[in-house]
Amino acid sequence: MRAFLAILRRDMAVALAQGAATLLSVAFFVVTITLFPLGVGPDPATLARISSGVLWVAALLSVLLSLDRLFQADHEDGSLEQIGLGPLPLELVVLAKVLAHWLSTGLPLILAAPVLALLLNMPVSGLPVLLLAMALGTPILSLIGAIGAALTLGVRRGGVLLSLIVLPLYIPVLIFGVAAVDASISGLGARPHLLILAAMLAPSLVLAPLAAGASIRLALE
Amino acid sequence: MMVLEARDLACLRGDRVVFEHVGFRLGPGEVLLLEGPNGSGKSSLLRLLAGFLTPLAGRLLWQERDIAEEGEAYRRTIAYVGHLDAVKPMLSVEANLRFWADLHGATGQALERALDFFELAELRELPARLLSAGQRRRLNLSRLLVREARLWLLDEPSVSLDRHSVALLGEAMEAHRAGGGMIVAATHLDLGLAGAARLRLGGETGT
Repeated sequence: MRAFLAILRRDMAVALAQGAATLLSVAFFVVTITLFPLGVGPDPATLARISSGVLWVAALLSVLLSLDRLFQADHEDGSLEQIGLGPLPLELVVLAKVLAHWLSTGLPLILAAPVLALLLNMPVSGLPVLLLAMALGTPILSLIGAIGAALTLGVRRGGVLLSLIVLPLYIPVLIFGVAAVDASISGLGARPHLLILAAMLAPSLVLAPLAAGASIRLALE
Repeated sequence: MMVLEARDLACLRGDRVVFEHVGFRLGPGEVLLLEGPNGSGKSSLLRLLAGFLTPLAGRLLWQERDIAEEGEAYRRTIAYVGHLDAVKPMLSVEANLRFWADLHGATGQALERALDFFELAELRELPARLLSAGQRRRLNLSRLLVREARLWLLDEPSVSLDRHSVALLGEAMEAHRAGGGMIVAATHLDLGLAGAARLRLGGETGT
């Protein structure tokens, strides 16, 4: 447990010291979303209809943007092999690093989302479900992303490959994340969609660290 | 009885056999120095011993048991210093070392001792990105002292160290040995370790 906290604390300290990296993905989130009213036109009804989809797609891309630093930096400076020799199994190392990644990327996105939702004229009734869906969905994005980041360790220009691996796997989160918000706005009840998101989160919590841990072990050869 | 034993090891990197028929036996307080030209497999052998690589043939035994089966119990007993310093440039010297101490469950005293020994105590507040190559290497080496690993695996540990720091490293190795620890090191410098066994890789193989 102490080793788990040590990794979490260090990754958070690194993320804070490199505040720019965290700010960057939030800034990307904000900028992408502000592009839509400019591109689609300022018609409030149109914006309200596409708001949930736009928010989710932008969130997906922002998380994707930050994935390459999840393991790559530690791999390059030799920390990862030293951590691999430590007492903590690699699966738990992955979990600690994913948690730090979510706290420094996913959480800021959730905090920024309500303001941007209002910017896109999303009905206020949709906001609570949007936050709930993002709270369930963004950890899945970090977890699935960890698999991609671990698989592309040591690959030159791994960033493009990473997107190709990860984005298709993000589709279910996108579909149910958007469906939850739309359902609550149209008064249908978002419960089933949120439950499905939760049902995706649970196995990801177990399976993603296993897969990522195994690929890190290969990368350390 | 703590014994590290290699029997008839062979190592494959890419599609090239780096070495084969390598064997040795290392007991408490013993040092094994790996020698050989570049590319003769010194680093590969150390990475085999650290468990990053698996041997193509042969066995690696720790207390008569295969290191792959020992798993975490074996990992606990080794400390590895490789070419990479594993230093986070944006964190301070102390924060860097504290992380490794916490990871291995070491005490604050061990941390202070390690900082003092490698003369980093005055630099503790400094962000590691401002360290010189030699100071960064000393920070890397001080990781050895924050925990009680029986077996040190050192891959060119003296790189970028000045003469005084090399002497410190030699002192640390000698102390580790005196406490019953074991060392396998690949180094070009004479670290003044009396009675160290030597293993030559490349060309003629074997002990």
